[in-house]
Amino acid sequence: MSEENKKKIMFTVRKPPHGTIYVYEGLEVKLIMAAYDADISVVFIDDGVYALKAGQDTRELGIKGFEATYGVLVDYEIQKVFVDRKSMEERGLTEDDLLVIGEDEDTEEPIRPKMVDSSEIAAMMAQQHNILSF
Amino acid sequence: MLHTVNKSPFQNSSLESCMRFTQPGDVILLMEDGVYGAVSGTAKAPLVEAALARKVRVCVLGADLKARALNDTIKGTEITDYAGFVDLVAENKIHSWL
Amino acid sequence: MKLAVCIYEGPYNHEASDSAYNFIKAAIVKGHEIRGIFFYHDGVYNVTKLMDPPQDDRHIANRWSELGASGIDIVVCIAAAKRRGIVDDVLVPNVRISGLGQLTMMAIEADRMVIFGD
Repeated sequence: MSEENKKKIMFTVRKPPHGTIYVYEGLEVKLIMAAYDADISVVFIDDGVYALKAGQDTRELGIKGFEATYGVLVDYEIQKVFVDRKSMEERGLTEDDLLVIGEDEDTEEPIRPKMVDSSEIAAMMAQQHNILSF
Repeated sequence: MLHTVNKSPFQNSSLESCMRFTQPGDVILLMEDGVYGAVSGTAKAPLVEAALARKVRVCVLGADLKARALNDTIKGTEITDYAGFVDLVAENKIHSWL
Repeated sequence: MKLAVCIYEGPYNHEASDSAYNFIKAAIVKGHEIRGIFFYHDGVYNVTKLMDPPQDDRHIANRWSELGASGIDIVVCIAAAKRRGIVDDVLVPNVRISGLGQLTMMAIEADRMVIFGD
């Protein structure tokens, strides 16, 4: 299927990780959906940006973490990953605080989620076929 | 775009966040505990008033208002039923601000 | 219009299940096609036949089963269900357990996917 004909599906993540299962099970949906013919994007807003914070260690909780999986999103061909600038600023986070989601095939440079303004996200939302919130 | 908000603005910031991503012509539907945001004269009423001033439509699910004994809604908000909810979905792309 | 509905929360505990049900009933009256209903997260508890609410309350699982009997495809996510002890043996009739691929197909094929959750 050509890129133009693929249905645009966006995921929005607005909840923090670990306190509830939404982020974890939401990630499972993204990985499955990536195997289908859809144009996927993921947007982290509000406490959702904490899901991308580098250095998460859930071992003492005894629950399964997912930082390693987020680290290979690009390998799953999920490359359109965005964070809301204001949500980051409100929480004192910068792009350097975020985990790496893959590396560039040619340059081997690490790829991090892209910080964008809410107006850009609103414009992207309006173009989607469907939006799934997690 | 249709934005659904189901949380009280006194409890969390879903309504406030949602507003940052609305554009003129968009619709916000307040439902479940979200309907508390539609009550006039509260400390959180300015949120919905600001949306209306920006030409964002604000609809409120009447069944949720009734269940919570709320009847004094902000002027300019539109009370709707589930059939109206369905029409809003048919007319707009939707994002749920869960 | 083809509509799909996704439900994330368990029955009785959260209004999501009731909101979704009322929405779907209204959509059917308006002549829309319901492409499917998908239960995820604790939503998988909506369709266990083990629930036994008081007589004067709504029976949430039976309500979903009746919608399933009318021909609507009702799917429970297998990964979410297994985690929570929901298996074929405890399901009400007219619903099925399947994978996240079903959610994907609904999201792609339905004109609108409406999410009900917390």
